Amino acid sequence: MTKQDLRFTKSHEWLKVEGTEALIGLTDYAQGELGDIVFVELPAEGTHVSAGDVLTTVESVKSVSEVYAPVAGDVVDVNAALEDSPDLINSDPYGDGWMVRVKLEDMSSLDGLMTADAYEEHTKG
Amino acid sequence: MKRTAFFDEHVAAGGKLIDFVGWAMPMEYTGIIDEHRRVRSTVGMFDVSHMGEFHLSGEGALADLERITTNRVAALVDGRVQYSAMCYENGGFIDDLLVYRLGDSYMLVVNAANKQKDLDWIRSHIGTSTEFRDASDETALIAVQGPLAEKVMGKVADEKVVSLGYYQSVTCQVAGQDALVSRTGYTGEDGFEIYLDAGTAGSIWHSLMQAGAEFEIEPVGLGCRDTLRLEMGYALYGNDIDERRTPVESGLMWITKLKKGDFIGRDAILKVKSDGPRERLIGFELEGRGVPRHGHRILSDGREVGVVTSGTFSPSLENGIGMGYVATGTDGPLDIEIRNRTVPVRRVSLPFYKNGTVQSR
Repeated sequence: MTKQDLRFTKSHEWLKVEGTEALIGLTDYAQGELGDIVFVELPAEGTHVSAGDVLTTVESVKSVSEVYAPVAGDVVDVNAALEDSPDLINSDPYGDGWMVRVKLEDMSSLDGLMTADAYEEHTKG
Repeated sequence: MKRTAFFDEHVAAGGKLIDFVGWAMPMEYTGIIDEHRRVRSTVGMFDVSHMGEFHLSGEGALADLERITTNRVAALVDGRVQYSAMCYENGGFIDDLLVYRLGDSYMLVVNAANKQKDLDWIRSHIGTSTEFRDASDETALIAVQGPLAEKVMGKVADEKVVSLGYYQSVTCQVAGQDALVSRTGYTGEDGFEIYLDAGTAGSIWHSLMQAGAEFEIEPVGLGCRDTLRLEMGYALYGNDIDERRTPVESGLMWITKLKKGDFIGRDAILKVKSDGPRERLIGFELEGRGVPRHGHRILSDGREVGVVTSGTFSPSLENGIGMGYVATGTDGPLDIEIRNRTVPVRRVSLPFYKNGTVQSR
């Protein structure tokens, strides 16, 4: 998976569309800012989220951060490996550190998300 | 932001710099957990030059310090260091601090966040026969901490340093520079704190890194300073002690000598002690997953009985740990409230981490 496949939010989530579903995670920039991640509070499968809802809560040694749903949908899967190895988000944020798989409610809601290049610019600002 | 003598070294080492009360200080380099384990297993090196240093001398210094601080200054012999505190008349903490006896004068080491407040308080409570000097900006401070700290110091300083006992200090040369070295720290491991002239201190960073290379020394940041001190149950001003709490609630009566004669705050502290404190500082470990944080509520049977003052993920215990104040007389199981979840906790005796090399001395 390359970053070019992904879409991004200002609040540092990434999203990868696979058919009518999307994987969601935290960006490399965000995990770097948080530092060592030690706990992730994942939603229950079947949870319906609206864009902007809190999707997961991520605790690092030094702080706590909320991860928001970039789009609306139903949670169809969560990354159970994060229970025992939350540091996967640090070591592989765009791969094994994914958090949630969502069944998209409305494909057009993807239009508002940033490209990799736009996100890069955003984190520099 | 103010820069310490080692600013360039932090940048070169990839340190993540933060604004800590006006100072650009490294929060972490490679990661808080890595750096924490470095100090517990071999040796790490902290820049803590942001701390405040005051020098008091003159005929009135001893008597003034005896009135201003809670510990017994008269018991402090030359070359010794003492952990102490300053309190307001109402017994609440102004700050906690170290007092060094250096011949006929004294050096006070205070928290950076409290420096101005402390300075104002001390200046307005000393007599004309006591001279006061704020040396904070001209003093650099490095803490070399870990079970192998002595090995590193043995290579760069004379024998006097290696033979120092716990909470003793000596003036000597370290890597060719004049320094004051004490066997002190805030980590629970054996270690040294090195006070240097900030104008020339810069090069010593490199000397220590070089001397420590064979012992796997690494620079470590303020992030792990907090996790290390919390594993030891050491209080942090602004979290676990503050102006609303006295030494009685905070478990710091061991640095409060009520029998030494009058001192500022004594009457109020005596009263709290005889009336019995309304709350006490406790340590706890999480029974479930999560990380306790400053400000979380402590519950007993769903009823609020206290508040978390410090919390973190303990890299040594690999679990959430914290300290907080709980109403006196609260028995039975406790929970803490982390956002919308209630997580059971188990009261534990301090320190959380019981294998620190500082105790083996």
